[in-house]
Amino acid sequence: MPDFDVIVVGAGPAGSCAALTIARTGKSVVLIERGPFPGSKNMYGGVVYPRILDALIPEWWNEMPVQRWVTRRSTMLLTDTQSLSIDFRSDAWGDAPYNGATAFRPDFDNWLANKAVEAGATLVCSTTVTGLITGANGEVIGVHTDRPDGDLTASVVIACDGVNSFLAKERGMYPHTDAAHFTLGVKETITLSKDIIDERFAVRGNHGVDIEILGGTSGVNGGGFIYTNLNSISVGVVLKLPKLAAQSKRPEEIIAGLKSHSAIAPLVEGGTVSEYSAHLIPEAGLKMMPKLLDDGLLIAGDAAAMCLAAGIWLEGVNFAMASGMYAAQAACEAIEKENTSAKGLSLYKKLLEDTFVLRDHRKLRRAPQLVLSDRVQHMYPALITGVVQGMFQVNNPVPKPGLRKILKNERRRLGIRTTDLAKDAITGFRSFG
Amino acid sequence: MTLNWPDISFQDRMASSEFRVHERAHIVVNSDSCNGCTTRACVVACPANLFVPTADGGIVFNYEQCFECGTCYMVCNEEGAISWSYPEGGHGIVFHNT
Repeated sequence: MPDFDVIVVGAGPAGSCAALTIARTGKSVVLIERGPFPGSKNMYGGVVYPRILDALIPEWWNEMPVQRWVTRRSTMLLTDTQSLSIDFRSDAWGDAPYNGATAFRPDFDNWLANKAVEAGATLVCSTTVTGLITGANGEVIGVHTDRPDGDLTASVVIACDGVNSFLAKERGMYPHTDAAHFTLGVKETITLSKDIIDERFAVRGNHGVDIEILGGTSGVNGGGFIYTNLNSISVGVVLKLPKLAAQSKRPEEIIAGLKSHSAIAPLVEGGTVSEYSAHLIPEAGLKMMPKLLDDGLLIAGDAAAMCLAAGIWLEGVNFAMASGMYAAQAACEAIEKENTSAKGLSLYKKLLEDTFVLRDHRKLRRAPQLVLSDRVQHMYPALITGVVQGMFQVNNPVPKPGLRKILKNERRRLGIRTTDLAKDAITGFRSFG
Repeated sequence: MTLNWPDISFQDRMASSEFRVHERAHIVVNSDSCNGCTTRACVVACPANLFVPTADGGIVFNYEQCFECGTCYMVCNEEGAISWSYPEGGHGIVFHNT
């Protein structure tokens, strides 16, 4: 008899939703976390979209640890001397069931893991899983941990061990780890008073703002962000690894550059850095996804690269929660049917294919590459802001030029070919249209 | 572009994060590989600035203030130059407000 029906590795959003789902069926499940508490190893851009929790925790919004409900979303294009914002606000996002929320991951992940514990899961913290245990036929039957006599066995192991997933790599399910598929996210949490935040970002009460920025990353492909917490703001950048490695500015210098931009400085100045944090992000979506299941093993969350980095949509926690929940459903079915081989666990793939988890990834499979491409990163922000400046600038006595002429001039000034523009427009339309 | 308020020192920046340091280093660097390396990608990319080039062409590294992100081994172009694993359970970076 194995020690548990299921071992879940990693008490992030994927692991906790997996453990919660399994515990509710009455099966035994252990949730192993290497940090001293769930969420202690985790940071992210800053917004959770929790609607998938409807299926697990009714009226989750009454208990989830939230900083602010995002009611205002800004997308900003920056060049060295210009900025253009598309700013959207919805009062509906300030009432249940809401849309997105800023939350600190150590709070959010800890809360979610404790929901699993309340349902009967066994949470073991401060324990690093160091490898997989395999049975006579090569199937996964448990994990080694760094505790004395720390081997544990189970019918199914669900690896939710994050972006570096050593378990998926050990099993050969992550054959190509191309640095170009990852970005580094670095972030400052800056303490500011609630009054100052409310005033600078034009929000009240527990409403907050999410600003996504294209440009402003010192020429390194990636992007910037600002999120409002209750008594602090989060400011950071994501940086494509090979581009970061091939130049000379360090990550914190790139943040400093963003913070000094004339459009950003008035929002972020003053205050004190109360925490600095960093994490890798799997950015390439479907293109980098590992094999998702094997005999006795399922992979979910960041470990399965289920992070949607598609420019106007930047999501990950919701994909993690959903994939963890579906992995758990597949594990439970396989255990009930007494077949935990890859074939017996195949419900996982079906549930992912039938829902937003793989459908969004499939529809947006070309988006990550487009968003991080040199043209989108370095040329189009200049093209768009140049056109807007051309429209709004009064150059009397020169009469106003028409939009077509401005566009043509800007395109020529920047050396952008119409064929490339058309090609990117088609890719963009196929992804976002 | 100039900052219109003083940016914090790197030391103060790192002091804002909590690290529960274990005596065993979870990063191991093969200095033979580093001596011949011309790219030095880890030096610029590591967000914690753990990799420092030495005058004689080598690299010294620290593991104590590691965010455990994985950037160093991902950007390293020398197979096996940086061996990287997670620290012992309960140790390493502990995030709070992020």
